Formats: sequence, C-alpha cells, structure tokens
Amino acid sequence: MSQHSSTYVPKSAFGKWFESRLPIAGLIHSSFIVYPVPRNINYFWTFGAILSFMLASQILTGVFLAMYYTPHASLAFQSVEHIMRDVNFGWLIRYMHANGASMFFVAVYVHIFRGLYYGSYKAPREILWILGVIIYGLMMATAFMGYVLPWGQMSFWGATVITNILAAIPVVGDTIQSLLWGGYSVGNPTLNRFFSIHYLLPFMIAGVVILHIWALHVPGQNNPTGVPIKSDKDTVPFTPFATIKDLFATAVFMILFAWFVFYIPNYLGHADNYVPANPSVTPAHIVPEWYFLPFYAILRAIPDKLGGVIAMFASIAVLAFLPWLDTSKVRSTSYRPLYKQFFWILVADTLLLGWLGAKPPEGWYVIVSQIATAYYFIHFLVILPLLGFIERPLPLPNSILESVLGQKGGAGLPAGANAEPQSKG
Amino acid sequence: MMKRTLLIAAAVLGLSAPAIASEGANPPQLKWSFAGPFGKFDEAQLQRGFKVYREVCSSCHSLNYVNFRNLSQPGGPGFSEAQVRALAAEYKVQDGPNDAGDMFERAGRPADHFPAPFPNENAAAAANGGKAPPDLSLMPKARTYERGFPWFIFDAFTQFAENGSDYLVAVLTGYHEAPKGFSVPEGGHYNSYFPGNVIAMPKPLSDGQVEYPKGADGKSPVPETVDQYARDVTAFLMWTAEPHLDARKRIGFQVILFLLVLSGLLYFTKKKIWSRIEH
Ligand code: HEC
Ligand code: HEM
Repeated sequence: MSQHSSTYVPKSAFGKWFESRLPIAGLIHSSFIVYPVPRNINYFWTFGAILSFMLASQILTGVFLAMYYTPHASLAFQSVEHIMRDVNFGWLIRYMHANGASMFFVAVYVHIFRGLYYGSYKAPREILWILGVIIYGLMMATAFMGYVLPWGQMSFWGATVITNILAAIPVVGDTIQSLLWGGYSVGNPTLNRFFSIHYLLPFMIAGVVILHIWALHVPGQNNPTGVPIKSDKDTVPFTPFATIKDLFATAVFMILFAWFVFYIPNYLGHADNYVPANPSVTPAHIVPEWYFLPFYAILRAIPDKLGGVIAMFASIAVLAFLPWLDTSKVRSTSYRPLYKQFFWILVADTLLLGWLGAKPPEGWYVIVSQIATAYYFIHFLVILPLLGFIERPLPLPNSILESVLGQKGGAGLPAGANAEPQSKG
Repeated sequence: MMKRTLLIAAAVLGLSAPAIASEGANPPQLKWSFAGPFGKFDEAQLQRGFKVYREVCSSCHSLNYVNFRNLSQPGGPGFSEAQVRALAAEYKVQDGPNDAGDMFERAGRPADHFPAPFPNENAAAAANGGKAPPDLSLMPKARTYERGFPWFIFDAFTQFAENGSDYLVAVLTGYHEAPKGFSVPEGGHYNSYFPGNVIAMPKPLSDGQVEYPKGADGKSPVPETVDQYARDVTAFLMWTAEPHLDARKRIGFQVILFLLVLSGLLYFTKKKIWSRIEH
C-alpha cells in the first residue's frame, strides 16, 4: 500500500494539515484510486467487491434486527414474528438478512473456486489466502449461530446436533460443549451466548477483511494468465476501471439477491424453522443450511464420531495448506491441461457431497458419501502434489500485455484459454 | 468445459434420483392467486377463508400471531375498521389485574390477539386424544414436501413457493377409507397425505358446512364444498403466515426493475471506460 502513497497531494490547506497528521486520504487514494490492477482480470475478480457489499448488508440489516429481536428461549421466536408482522419493513430487513447469509456464501464459493482455478493461493499470496480461509471459518461460525437465533425447530436441533459432535473432541470437547451450552443441554443460556457471539463475529470478519485487502495490495492481484505484472503497461488504475466493473457486477448480483428476498424468501430455508423450538419433538430430518451440506456429508460419511469431526474440520483446514500442497509453478489452470480436468471433478465432487448432505445417512448414500469424501481428500493430498511433477504445462505468455494484444492479433483467444485437455482420459 | 462438467454432474445426480422417489404421494399442485411475481391475495377468498377458520377450525386451533386489527390491514381480507371492532367485541378477553388485583373479562378490542381455544398446550392435547392441535398462524410456511431433484432447481426459476399451501389442501381433503390391511389406531384417522397416514385431527370439513355470502342471484359465487373450503381457508392461513406478501411482491417488482435499469446504465458506462484500452 505504502509504495503508492506518494502520488497523493492534498489540495486544500486543511487537507495538507490533516494528511501530515493522519495520512488516511493518501491511504484510500493509493488503495482504491491509483492502485494498479491487471488489465485482463475477468468478472470472477468482482466477487471481492460483492463480498464486501454483502458483509456491509449483513451488518446493517443485523443491527436493525437486533433492535427488535429478543434473545430469550421463550420470546425469540415471537420477537422474530413481531419483526415480520408489526415492524415497518421488518419483513424486508429480516428476509434480506436471512437470504443475505446465503448470498454471502454463494459469493464466497465463487471467490474461493476462482482462487483454486487461477492458482491465486500460490506465492507470493499465501498469507492473503490463509486470511481468506480464516474469514470463511468465521463466516461459517457466524451463520451457524445466526441460524439458531430465531429459535425454531431447526435452530434448536441444528444447535443440538452440532454442539453434540463437538463433545467428541478429545480432552477439551466436553469443556467446549458446556461452555457453549451454559447448562446441560441447548437452552436459554445457549441462545444468549450465541446471540452475543453472532453479534461479535461479523466485526471480527470486517477486521480480517482489512488484513486480507492489505495482504492483497502488497503483491497485487493475480490475473487469468497467472503471469505476474511486469510493467505499467500490464495494469490499469483501480479507478475508474475496476470501480465501474465492480459496481456493475454488484448491481447484477443484487438482482439475484432481490429475486430471493422478494419472490422466494423461504426457498433456501427450512419449513421446520417456522415451528417454535420444542425439545421433546425431534424433526424427521435435521438438515443444516445448504452452504454447510458438503461438510455435513463428510461428517456423516465417517462411521466413527470423532473421526467424522476430524474429517469435517480437516476438509476446511486442508485449504490453508494449499500453497504448499500444490507443487506446480504455473498458477493459472488455463495452462494446466491435466489439473483443469481434476479441478472440474473436484467441483462435481463438492456438489455431489452437498446433495448427499441433504439425504438421510442410510443405504448407499453412505457409501457414495464415503467415496466422495475420500476423493475430496485425495484431490488435495495426493493428486495436487503429484500433478506438479507429472503435468506438462502449456507455454505461458511473456506478459499480461502480450496475452491481451495476442488476442486482438487474430489468434482468437489468449493462448491456453481455449486449450481443451489433451490427455486421453 | 463448464457445460460438459455440468452435464456430468447432472448425470451423476440424476442416476441417484430414483432412490428418493419413493416417499409417498406428493400433493397435487393447485392454482393460487398469490403465486408468481405478480401474485396477490384475493380479498373475497380471504374473507371466505376467515369464515371457515372461525366457524370450523377455531374450536381446536389457535391463531396466536394474529390480532383482530390485522383483518383491516392493507393486503389482507379487507374488512373495514368498524367491522373489525364489531367482530372483536363478540369475543370475551381476559384482562387485568385491575386496581383491586383481580383478573376480569371484557369485550375484545381490535388490538387484542385472537383468543386461543385452550388455555395451554396440555389442555389442548387432553381435549384431542393426546395430540394438541398446532397453532395455525404460520402453517403454510411451516409445512412442505420434498420436491426432489431436479424439480427443486426449476422451482428457484419458476418461483414455485406454494408447496406448503398445496400440502394443506391435500391434508384437509385427504380423508379416505384406509386401504385394506392398514390398521388405523384408536383416535386416529386415515389421511393420504399426512406423513405416516394417521392423523389425530378428525375430518374437519364436509360439503355445505359453512354458508358463503350470496351473490346477486341469491347463490354463492363459489361452490360450498370441502375442496373449496380447503382452498379458501388455506389462502387465509397463507395470509396469516405472510401478511405482507402483497407488498413484498409489489415492491420486489419495482426493485428488480430499478436494478435492471441501473445495471444497464452501469454496463454501458463500464463499456465506455474500458474502450479506452485493449483488454
Ligand atoms: C376437533 C378439533 C380440530 C378441528 C375442528 C380442526 N383441527 Fe386441525 N388438527 C387437530 C389436531 C388434533 C391436529 C394434530 C394432528 C396430528 O398431529 O396428528 C390437527 C392438525 C392440523 C394441521 C397440521 C397437519 C400437519 O401436517 O401436521 C393442520 C394444517 C390443520 N389441523 C388444519 C385445520 C384446519 C384448516 C381446520 C379447519 C378447517 C382444522 N384443522 C380443524 C384438530 C382439529
Ligand atoms: C457475517 C455476517 C452475518 C451472517 C453470515 C449472518 C447470518 C445470520 C443467519 C443465517 C441468521 C438466521 C436467519 C433466519 O433464518 O431467520 C441470522 C439471524 C440474525 N442475525 Fe445475523 N448474520 C451476520 C451478521 C449479523 C450482525 C452484524 C448482526 C447484529 C449486529 C446480526 C444479527 C442477527 C439477528 C438479531 C438475527 C435473528 C433474527 C432473525 O432470525 O431474522 N447478524 N444471521
């Protein structure tokens, strides 16, 4: 960030006075105005802006919900209904918050798979990537606790299932469980704790997001070729180029968001959560929100409780080690014919796991879950390290500029962008 | 590549679909005035549905989240405030304590909740053979049935969100003789759509049971049948579950129109700016 700050010159006397004491205008100028972005980045690079928008939306709608919401086991459900019925535009705020959580995850999954496809986790962006994995973890914790707050059947039983599996952790499991419960089972103290933490975590996310952007601005953005920036000709200034593209993409994303909020606000939820929590009636199927389903499938694929918990956490933690598990020097999958196939198999495998997570753990669902889980880990722990040695990457362009101009020069597409996998598999 | 992978994924999922298709009959899909992007409640239907609730269901089921005043709210059954005041006054509501410390009964007011038929859940269960009739305020949103692959994907595009309402009508009209060999336990009733097929609620509706308002020709404009009662009371319950549905869809259309125009303008601005360079 600092390397560009010198270009900012305050115009007014007050501006000069202020800037010499707190150079925040210069920081903003260098980070969001003159900051150089690769000229060839595509729309997958707009999801960072979309995610920032969703975080702001969640915090804003959440603060308004909290003004009316009552975190008490006998009042929570009713207070949410009060928001839905009597508070002016309460239904809008609540549906924005509930569906906003889902949209947040839609965006983060695109963002993560973008990173996987273009090798954005490789040096020198390891810290940036790990901060992303931390944000993802915090998001999952926040969303899980948020889903408990309306205190419907699925809130209660979801909390019961998840806190019960935590008890399987050796040595500290029981302590963690009773700290979360605040008693001998999920109850009013649990709800109070979850509300407090649910309010806290988004601000921690905001903090880590700042670190994430900081760690981005040091090495700069990756791009679809994966070739690093070599000269000023490879880049354009953030404003207006990236700003306008981000604004456009965010507006389009808001259409999707509005579609859910206004037309199918309960499509992504569970009918059971419109039934007040009842500790003596277990719902027929206890299913988490869609964004947790792949991990839920992994948890249940392992017949042993502790093993399941370990596999579930490992499936997320393994992401943090990607920079070292991937041995290929080439970043962009466009130049990696073999990895490209495995990338799409991984996408299909995750979708399959997600679908299995919504099915009861019986019959051959279990066996398919086990195969899909095994494949998930094999992808990261075996295929990825080996591919770097086996694969012959396609020739890379010498620079971003060359890849852009080559496109206009009659070659059709940038080298490799249309390269179909060549192997016979 | 993307397309091919999607096809493979679809094939993988499709292969496993038959395994889930065995969960019993799905409720038939009905036409609802409140379905789709321009859906809104039909006032006359909500008024009829309210009449059915009041004369039939209210002896067993509460409507805890609804106040009398809601009945004159925009987007609802469209009763006048005077009608609502008169209606509320027909109910006795417990209030208090007064200055002497005693609870007392008074006539209902528009701000009161609908009085529940039973003082608590245990009393409700005791009066109904051990199963308490659930509160109906949220019922169409609190029930659903599994759509299965691939329908659940299409539903996101077609905005199909009436599965709960379809289920309710199916249950209310689903009372039949139990098939041979199916033994219905004491106090239970056979129902084709209730999960497990044995429901504690006795068949609540029968033809001609509720008298509907007459039109100019002295006849009710809709048939006084179980099927019609079930649809009307379900529409009414959908309104109690989602009283701002009309406003939601109306505002939603405006918001999406606005966003489309905004996106269009931003797109052309973006194009103009990026035309300065090769990219
Ligand atoms: C004689 C009392 C009684 C009357 C009258 C009655 N119900 Fe019920 N209802 C019950 C009971 C008891 C249950 C619980 C059934 C069970 O769980 O097996 C129930 C359950 C239901 C359910 C939930 C079904 C489910 O999927 O869990 C709905 C919906 C319902 N009633 C609607 C109605 C409507 C609409 C009316 C008026 C037309 C009505 N009921 C009239 C007693 C009654
Ligand atoms: C990272 C951002 C956030 C995520 C992912 C998130 C997620 C969620 C989810 C999934 C729910 C359950 C919604 C439902 O089914 O009704 C919820 C509820 C809630 N959240 Fe958040 N939330 C976030 C930020 C916040 C913030 C910052 C606040 C408060 C300042 C907040 C306050 C609430 C309240 C009061 C509820 C309960 C009301 C309700 O259920 O609608 N949230 N949240």
